[in-house]
Amino acid sequence: MKVVLQNLTKRFPNVNKRIREDVIAVNDFCFEIPDGKLVGLLGPSGCGKSTALNLLCGLLKPTSGKIFFGDEDVTDIPAERRGVGMVFQNYALYPHLTVRQNILFPLQNLKGAAKLTKAQMEEKALEAARLVQIDELMERKPKELSGGQQQRVAIARALVKLPRILLLDEPLSNLDARLRLQTREEIQRIQRKTGITTVFVTHDQEEAMSISDLIVVMNSGIIQQVGKPQEVYDDPVNLFVAKFLGAPPINVFSGKSEGGKLYIGDDAVLDIGNVPDQELDIGIRPEGFVLDQNGSFNCNLRNIEVMGRDITVVCSHACAPDFAIRAIISSENSIDLAAAKVRFSLKANKTFIFNKKTGERIRFDAE
Amino acid sequence: MDKKNLKGWLYLLPAIIFLGAFMVYPLIDVFIYSLEEGFNSASQTSFGVGTYNFSYVLHDPYFLQALKNTFILVMITVPVSTCLALLISVGLSSIKPLRNLFQTVYFLPYVTNTLAVGLVFMILFQKTPYTDGLANMVLGWFGAAPVDFIDGPYWAKMFVLCLYTVWVVMPFKVLVLTSALASVDQTYYNASKIDATSKWRTFTRITIPLVSPTLFYLIITGFIGAFKAYNDAVALFGTNLNASEMNTIVGYVYDMLYGDSGGYPSYASAAAVILFAIVLTITCINLIISKKHVHYS
Repeated sequence: MKVVLQNLTKRFPNVNKRIREDVIAVNDFCFEIPDGKLVGLLGPSGCGKSTALNLLCGLLKPTSGKIFFGDEDVTDIPAERRGVGMVFQNYALYPHLTVRQNILFPLQNLKGAAKLTKAQMEEKALEAARLVQIDELMERKPKELSGGQQQRVAIARALVKLPRILLLDEPLSNLDARLRLQTREEIQRIQRKTGITTVFVTHDQEEAMSISDLIVVMNSGIIQQVGKPQEVYDDPVNLFVAKFLGAPPINVFSGKSEGGKLYIGDDAVLDIGNVPDQELDIGIRPEGFVLDQNGSFNCNLRNIEVMGRDITVVCSHACAPDFAIRAIISSENSIDLAAAKVRFSLKANKTFIFNKKTGERIRFDAE
Repeated sequence: MDKKNLKGWLYLLPAIIFLGAFMVYPLIDVFIYSLEEGFNSASQTSFGVGTYNFSYVLHDPYFLQALKNTFILVMITVPVSTCLALLISVGLSSIKPLRNLFQTVYFLPYVTNTLAVGLVFMILFQKTPYTDGLANMVLGWFGAAPVDFIDGPYWAKMFVLCLYTVWVVMPFKVLVLTSALASVDQTYYNASKIDATSKWRTFTRITIPLVSPTLFYLIITGFIGAFKAYNDAVALFGTNLNASEMNTIVGYVYDMLYGDSGGYPSYASAAAVILFAIVLTITCINLIISKKHVHYS
């Protein structure tokens, strides 16, 4: 099912009563989720991504704007009649019911023509349980399950009624690192298999990048960028997006453009052609550094971290507000740790420049 | 016994002495009294040991009346007050405006003196040469003949007693249940809403199981409290409860000790032991039933 958000806005009255101005949790959202895709809503905490999810499922009413599922306007349809499945951050499994009863619960609510016989319900529940591989645990109570198993039960419960869309609120935040890796692939597998349009919320960029077909990067209630994960990573529209995606994070320097050249400190590091002279923020991805004896960019060498496949060179630079700059280079290179300086040349497609004030990306023609 | 241990016992000593002297010793004494036949409190002597006291008490029409009254009271007031309290607290937790006001209103009876409340009930129900009481006035609007609720037929008096008891025990139950309801995680309700669960089903399948430990606690203490009822009856019908057929088991025990026909600690003890056995049995039954229906998280 295609989902369309039109100028969706949600305001909350400020908790601090002395401030009359409302808090805008979701500000003028416009985007379209294509049918059958897995979409990641990504942003730092407090950016309104959970609010957006609650608007989608109907637990919150938007202040203005519209939501469409397919061609149907569902803006005024309450949560119970929207036919969405939701996996809550803490899973919200009913603690007094067994796994079977939990999965059966949504089916038992069906009324009228959709009503199922007991045998049909059992069959559907078992099918959903098999899909998430918990059919062995049907008689257990939630507290007798591990975090990962509970999460699967929650997904099975959300899927069993064949929802029009599936929503997941921080689905992996309660799992340990290993389980997280495993479960995120699981989510992707289940989504592919069922083909249900799925939206999930996360603050972990790696999680979003790894499994989403489409990511929506948000900050303070405003959509910053929508796109395929690799596209957004390779082509961020502003400094926020560039900083938010990527691990290790992008290295940020303050510099300037002068006479068609990009300067960091006194080093002219790149030709940037047509950009007018101005102060800039410069973001360089860790993989954008190339170790080069004659390179134009000079850094103070501090340390190296050998990771097997590649080497992280940790440097510092007077123009970088961050304590450490990380450059990732192939492990075939060798670095003399005794040297105080290290020289790089930069890859133009991994170097982004941003307007100092607005943070907007300034595109340049690399020569 | 090492030194640390000794210290521990020393700290416990005051409590042990007081509890021993004022709880354990009297408890044992009650059992002993109940088995001593023909005990004379003046000479502190008895004829022998046996079950005559129990037999006497169980054949005493006053005791049988008290037993019947107590059972009716328990079987009516515990379910009624618990169900009503549940309804009220669900209502309280689902409204927003004036919630604190209503909470206070529902809690007021708890801090009001029993005898003062008894007076209010008298105004409501008692017939005097000047008035038939408020209740009769209301009944009169519907064309019913006035009923004497305080000195009249048995069912009318029992109705007033039950009403009074329910009214007195309810605030505590409402208080406890409101906080139990407030502690249920809101996401369960969100989850059930998204799954299109009807309000009634959410209430019976989610709310009640999740507050079931609290409900169970209220039912057990409710049973015990109702079995020990005495002062409510006194507040309404005065101290001569046998005459008004409104005596309770605890009232009977009291009468046997200090009443006009009193001075029989053996019979009082036997009645107390019978009460203890009844409460114990009911509580055990409750515990057995609860194993199946109460969900501890």
